[in-house]
Amino acid sequence: MNIYGILAIYKFEMARTRRTLLQSIVAPVITTSLYFIVFGAAIGSRIQEVGGVSYGAFIVPGLIMLNLLTHSISNASFGIYFPKFVGTVYEMLSAPISTIEVVLGYVGAAATKSIILGLIILVTAAFFIDLRIAHPIIMLLFIVLTAVSFSLLGFILGIWADNFEKLSVVPMLVITPLVFLGGSFYSTDMLPPLWQTVSLMNPVLYLVSGLRWSFYEISEVNVVVSLASVSLFMLICLGIVTYIFKTGYKLRS
Amino acid sequence: MTNSSAPILSVQNLGKTYSGGFQALKNINLEINKGEIIALLGPNGAGKTTLISTICGIVSPSTGSVTVAGYDIIRDYRQTRTIIGLVPQELTTDSFESVFNTVSFSRGLFGKAPDPAYIEKVLRSLSLWDKKDSMIMTLSGGMKRRVLIAKALSHEPSVLFLDEPTAGVDVELRKDMWNIVRELQATGVTIILTTHYIEEAEEIAQRIGVINNGELILMEDKNSLMQKLGKKQLLLELVEPIDSIPEALAEFDLELGKDGAQLIYTFTTTGERTGITTLLDDLKSAGIRFHDLNTTQSSLEDIFVNLVHESAA
Ligand SMILES: Nc1ncnc2c1ncn2[C@@H]1O[C@H](COP(=O)(O)OP(=O)(O)OP(=O)(O)O)[C@@H](O)[C@H]1O
Ligand SMILES: [Mg+2]
Repeated sequence: MNIYGILAIYKFEMARTRRTLLQSIVAPVITTSLYFIVFGAAIGSRIQEVGGVSYGAFIVPGLIMLNLLTHSISNASFGIYFPKFVGTVYEMLSAPISTIEVVLGYVGAAATKSIILGLIILVTAAFFIDLRIAHPIIMLLFIVLTAVSFSLLGFILGIWADNFEKLSVVPMLVITPLVFLGGSFYSTDMLPPLWQTVSLMNPVLYLVSGLRWSFYEISEVNVVVSLASVSLFMLICLGIVTYIFKTGYKLRS
Repeated sequence: MTNSSAPILSVQNLGKTYSGGFQALKNINLEINKGEIIALLGPNGAGKTTLISTICGIVSPSTGSVTVAGYDIIRDYRQTRTIIGLVPQELTTDSFESVFNTVSFSRGLFGKAPDPAYIEKVLRSLSLWDKKDSMIMTLSGGMKRRVLIAKALSHEPSVLFLDEPTAGVDVELRKDMWNIVRELQATGVTIILTTHYIEEAEEIAQRIGVINNGELILMEDKNSLMQKLGKKQLLLELVEPIDSIPEALAEFDLELGKDGAQLIYTFTTTGERTGITTLLDDLKSAGIRFHDLNTTQSSLEDIFVNLVHESAA
């Protein structure tokens, strides 16, 4: 096991965040506050309660998920895409480091950043609403599993992408719509029956629902189903990552 | 697994066909001993970088096998890659990292525990110590090249590949570089370098390999190569210029130089006899007198150009 190698990648990636602190931390805090002001205070005052909690409190899990997903993906994808782009990836390819170790470094760092971000949003939210968390451990479990699986997805994306456009297309055109349509800012029982069924095909719904359950014990789908699906998703991503490194796909010619 | 007589690097029937179908390496066989300095020459696109990249693990081989210190580069990649250091041809560095951090990163990546004292030593030897906190972005091209060398040395490799280390490098740094190479060799490091400056190969390498069109067309001890393929020329400064070469001297394939004031005789030192004595005798009979004579030896560069042309024909 090349522990020093994993640590080197991890530290390198964390240092990259420190250099872009404004973009990585400050920006999400401001955006979140805006969400609370617009959705929570302005619109929320017209919507009474959703499933027994105030609207402001209702959207907290969705907001956390939105940030976890987009930042996990963009952090991890950029982390591996950039060395490919500038050519410094040669060093990794010629180093005595295995697939799993490279993934641990990159995905570990990306997930760490997302988790910190999720917690920062949680703290920000506490300034606007009266926060209560029924199952903190389950909440953490969801945050960690989501951060890890979507960092894995980001890693795959970064390897697959051969230009900057491909890199930004997935978070923007796939993840953001899925989050918005996944019941982050509304409960699906507000929708007509047909759309309720369609919503069930949205994987992000399971994440948001699961995380919301850990806060308020209200959910669209059973929390066990949520946990099972995020775990399954993580395994699929792991499988793809292993395949990529076994075959050298897009990395070694 | 290693013993002193076994080659440190052994390449067997190595072939590489890129995914587009281009065959960049054709059945390369080569053995390199511990502590040697090898220069690989060859025109652009010959396959030098492909060969190096394959040995280092950046390019997957299509056929054949490579062992480093007895370890297979695929099966025992951890061992082989720990042994190898690589300075790539392209100047690819991070931009925002500091020099010290990027070199420390490399050491970690190659599985070595942090050792700031060693990193300091490497940076000092490359005159980079006063730049240790500079962002790489702010360095000149030659300094970035040194950073790449420092990164390659950061994990104390015993086989070092230098892919065109002196491209775009000033005379000063080039000298520094060869001093470093010699120092490394003195500590038992094996060095394989590519270059387009043939005088460099001549100056520093013990053996010279020539690659053309993906084939290793030659791998020879430098001195014997020079002897074997080196043509010598005998230059005779004539007392009185002549208009043409007399019939009697036709068999020597002489050339006239300096408006007829110089006779040039080309010969090889590998044959039974050089023919010089006969030539001088025949000159005397023909009444041609000379007041000075001189011999020159063809440089590695001439040899190289000849070889590449022959293999293309
Ligand atoms: N990734 C790749 N995919 C397809 N062909 C490649 C790839 N890399 C190199 N080649 C081709 O393989 C051949 C050998 O290239 P290589 O870089 O090994 O040459 P070289 O001897 O290092 O040349 P130079 O002196 O210019 O550095 C070239 O024809 C090149 O176009
Ligand atoms: Mg090259």
